[in-house]
Amino acid sequence: MTSIAKPPVRHPSARLNGLGLALRDYEGAMSTLCAGCGHDSVTAALVQACWELDLPPHRAAKMSGIGCSSKTTAYFLKQSHGFNSVHGRMPSVTSGAAAANRGLICIGISGDGDSLSIGLGQLSHAIRRNVDMLYVLENNGVYGLTKGQFSASADLGSRSKRGEANEQAPIDPVLLALALGATFVARSFSGDKQQLVPILKAGLAHKGLALIDVISPCVSFNDHEGSTKSYAFTRAHEVEAVHADFIPLRHAITVGEGSEPVQVVQLHDGSSVRLRPTADDYDPTDRDSAYAHVRGCQARGEIATGLLFVDETGKDMHDFLHTVETPLIDLPYEQLCPGAAAMDDLMSRYR
Amino acid sequence: MGTTDVTDPRYYHRVVDCQWACPAHTNVPGYIRLIAQGRYADAYLLNRESNVFPGVLGRTCDRPCEPACRRGRIDADPVAICRLKRVAADLRGDITDRLPKPATRKNGKRVACVGAGPASLTVANDLLPFGFDVTIFEQSAEPGGLMRVNIPAFRLPASVLDEEIGYITSLGADMRYGTRIDSMRALLEQGFDAVFVGSGAPKGKELDIPGRWDAPSQVHIGIDWLANVHFGHVREVAPRVLIIGVGNTAMDCCRTVKRLGATDVKVIARRGRKQFKASPWELADAEEEQVEIVEYHAPRRFVVEGGVLTGMEFDRVEWHTDARGRQVSTVVGETTIPCDVVILAIGQDNAFPWIETDIGIDFDQWGMPTVDKATHQSTRAGVFFGGDAAWGPENIIWAVAHGHQAAISIDAHCHGRSVAERPPEGMTLTSAKIGMHAWAYENAYDLASRARMTHESLEKRFADLSVEVELGFTPEQAAREVQRCLNCDIQTHFTASLCIECDACIDVCPTTCLTITTNGDSEEALRTRLSAPAVNTDQPLYVSDGLPQTKRVMVKDEDVCLHCGLCAERCPTAAWDMRTFDLRLPYAGQGAA
Ligand SMILES: Cc1cc2nc3c(=O)[nH]c(=O)nc-3n(C[C@H](O)[C@H](O)[C@H](O)COP(=O)(O)OP(=O)(O)OC[C@H]3O[C@@H](n4cnc5c(N)ncnc54)[C@H](O)[C@@H]3O)c2cc1C
Ligand SMILES: Cc1ncc(C[n+]2csc(CCOP(=O)(O)OP(=O)(O)O)c2C)c(N)n1
Ligand code: SF4
Ligand code: SF4
Ligand code: SF4
Ligand SMILES: [Mg+2]
Repeated sequence: MTSIAKPPVRHPSARLNGLGLALRDYEGAMSTLCAGCGHDSVTAALVQACWELDLPPHRAAKMSGIGCSSKTTAYFLKQSHGFNSVHGRMPSVTSGAAAANRGLICIGISGDGDSLSIGLGQLSHAIRRNVDMLYVLENNGVYGLTKGQFSASADLGSRSKRGEANEQAPIDPVLLALALGATFVARSFSGDKQQLVPILKAGLAHKGLALIDVISPCVSFNDHEGSTKSYAFTRAHEVEAVHADFIPLRHAITVGEGSEPVQVVQLHDGSSVRLRPTADDYDPTDRDSAYAHVRGCQARGEIATGLLFVDETGKDMHDFLHTVETPLIDLPYEQLCPGAAAMDDLMSRYR
Repeated sequence: MGTTDVTDPRYYHRVVDCQWACPAHTNVPGYIRLIAQGRYADAYLLNRESNVFPGVLGRTCDRPCEPACRRGRIDADPVAICRLKRVAADLRGDITDRLPKPATRKNGKRVACVGAGPASLTVANDLLPFGFDVTIFEQSAEPGGLMRVNIPAFRLPASVLDEEIGYITSLGADMRYGTRIDSMRALLEQGFDAVFVGSGAPKGKELDIPGRWDAPSQVHIGIDWLANVHFGHVREVAPRVLIIGVGNTAMDCCRTVKRLGATDVKVIARRGRKQFKASPWELADAEEEQVEIVEYHAPRRFVVEGGVLTGMEFDRVEWHTDARGRQVSTVVGETTIPCDVVILAIGQDNAFPWIETDIGIDFDQWGMPTVDKATHQSTRAGVFFGGDAAWGPENIIWAVAHGHQAAISIDAHCHGRSVAERPPEGMTLTSAKIGMHAWAYENAYDLASRARMTHESLEKRFADLSVEVELGFTPEQAAREVQRCLNCDIQTHFTASLCIECDACIDVCPTTCLTITTNGDSEEALRTRLSAPAVNTDQPLYVSDGLPQTKRVMVKDEDVCLHCGLCAERCPTAAWDMRTFDLRLPYAGQGAA
């Protein structure tokens, strides 16, 4: 907790974005998380990404479950919609919101507990349905809010603050998402905004569910010696597999700048990402290649980060369900609720 | 860039913009905090330590601190530092038993001061408590110098001067009023251990253009004229007055003539407003009193008809920048402005007719003494200069600052120590943390805008020459204004070895002061990598040692830090801490025994 609100003062050279908003206009309430929590840095990265994208705050819906991570939706985009749902239920509430209003930019924030334990089924089906949303999984290897029990993402052998080692194999959200057919899979680190911000921007521009597993250390319960989700451990074992640069719409793309191989993936809204894999045999547009690479890293004790896989040709929930283009709120009442006669007509088709 | 050495007091001193800009380095945030706590007497005494005349300066200071004040870079208006000083003086109550005491034992050293202006008085203030005998020779009947005879009473009441000068004279100064020193040689022959020249810059500049001497009773030199008003030799003035020049003297002249019956008062300037020497607040005060400021007029001649001055002829000029970047004027026309009186307020010169040229005190081609910038010693050992006498006209706070330095030198000289070895500045730095989330200062940002001074009504102030115009801040106004101060003396202090590079401080900082980045060799290059490069590059960059995990460095741009302490509150390891910086200034009497 901080003793005062952040002073409403701007740096004299602060710029405004395309909507005439300053970076600080994308902030939210003062964080009540522990000082030094990785989640706060993810919040700052989201503020930066949304500001740089000229994202209209009133079009965004911030969705979350329960956990310290799930609290972060209060700390950015103070002028947006939001729904703080029950534990593990963020994906289904988001599915409903996205189904009702296609115009919303859904930003789901969850934790490793929220998504990989109680909410695992929810996450899996949101991926399978390919809900058009940004899914940020703030991964600290513990249930932070309930005082540091191991979560399902805790690595084998990782030690708790009291010294016990974790003996169950972890669920890796990246491998899970790749296996379930996710169309945008990335991993990053709260302590590396240079990597995280472009990935968040690409994820927001992606059509379908963009899963970003962000290693986000818990300073209070999982930042000690023996932890595999601490600041120091993550820094020492992180290997950036793919470097991504986000190129906004109407920005000249200079393919193949420099000597490294570069793949450019055009995103749904006309913007694009430039992907620069660090290993020769790695193709971030090939699911099997991505899966193999992440597994390989895992075997070597490395943490593979970057925009690991992207497929912009996939269908999303609206395509599967053949929903109307117009958000339901904008449909005329007669169309939204065509009346008893139309209902009878519909029913008669099933007789 | 190399790691910043914060053990050098100058680093944190520079961060306290106001204190750095103040010639006497007054601890502004310190006294503002004391006012906030209602400790007016403590605030007064803290002021007095460095600036000696808080009541006088709280009304008249040139305020070099205010344009420098950090708050001005945040929301355009600096803290009303100067008038808060007056609050401390107005509300201090009786502090007499907390003032320095006369020495109980004399040290046998005798010091002579020429002139009883602020410079000499400061020398006396600093030396008397340590047992020096200080004799002040003053040609007029009262002490204070220009503070008394030139600064009008409607800006500075005599009672305020009397009281604060009294604190010094009652330390046992031997005041020789009505005693003009006419020969330095003779003074030196009296065997003083040291002589301090604080005789000011007593000569008003002349304007030798046609007609100047044709109606001498209608043309006056500003500083002499103000002195004549002070002494009661001048009690009224004709209706139409032109003041030539637009500095401080001009402002006091124009406001004084308004009180002596003039109805049509014009201040004539050769340049445009931006180049005026007078401070913006002085101009505003004059204009409030319906004085007209006329720009771009260069005097050509006095128009005298039959021995009577009827007006003045001017070239109307335009200014532009020439190829070498200098400001040059071209004449675009001419005008005559009718008037009954002209007052020349175009500057002051020094004059030392009483210092013989063959006694080892060297003067340059312009008649200025050769004085060492640090020691204030002339080319003759044991003879020191300060105030306007040293390097030409300045202001009261500079005179005080000079007085302190000269007193250090005199102390050293009299005790056979080298005057060139200056005692060092020191500092103390103590954690301002007094609990989990509590600080020894109020860190919340107050959005209030600068308090406005209440002025006496025009009617009342014109009724009597000595009615003070500014009424001072009310306690309520003061209570709000002190909260505008950003506490720049509560410094952010970094311990690199504790940092885990979590970015919490960087994310929370409201003004984007902090960056973790790779170091480079030049400050210039480093500045381009900052999260928000500064507009004002006068404030320093802090660069840490390499951080434990990545060997990058923490860089802090001091420019617009609000000293809110949020970085320290959000830091999980207390790598950032808020520490109270207290500059320890050396004064006379603290040197080796
Ligand atoms: C009209 C006017 C308004 C001003 N307003 C301000 C203001 O608002 N704020 C501000 O900060 N500054 C102001 N100043 C400037 C300020 O007054 C001076 O800078 C300051 O007083 C200089 O102090 P000093 O001790 O060097 O000398 P002075 O104040 O000039 O004192 C010198 C003293 O020495 C005496 N003396 C000189 N020669 C001899 C001699 N041979 N023997 C004996 N005695 C001698 C003089 O009588 C005088 O009393 C103003 C100046 C003028 C002219
Ligand atoms: C239905 C239900 N079960 C259990 C809980 C208790 N609970 C609160 S938060 C939490 C785990 C949060 O872990 P994670 O999502 O990783 O968030 P973190 O605090 O680590 O960011 C649990 C089990 C709950 N609030 N609701
Ligand atoms: S904000 Fe306060 S401490 Fe900082 S420069 Fe201004 S008056 Fe001085
Ligand atoms: S005190 Fe810290 S958080 Fe506050 S403005 Fe200064 S650097 Fe930023
Ligand atoms: S909050 Fe503290 S530990 Fe974190 S980066 Fe800043 S100084 Fe380092
Ligand atoms: Mg967790």
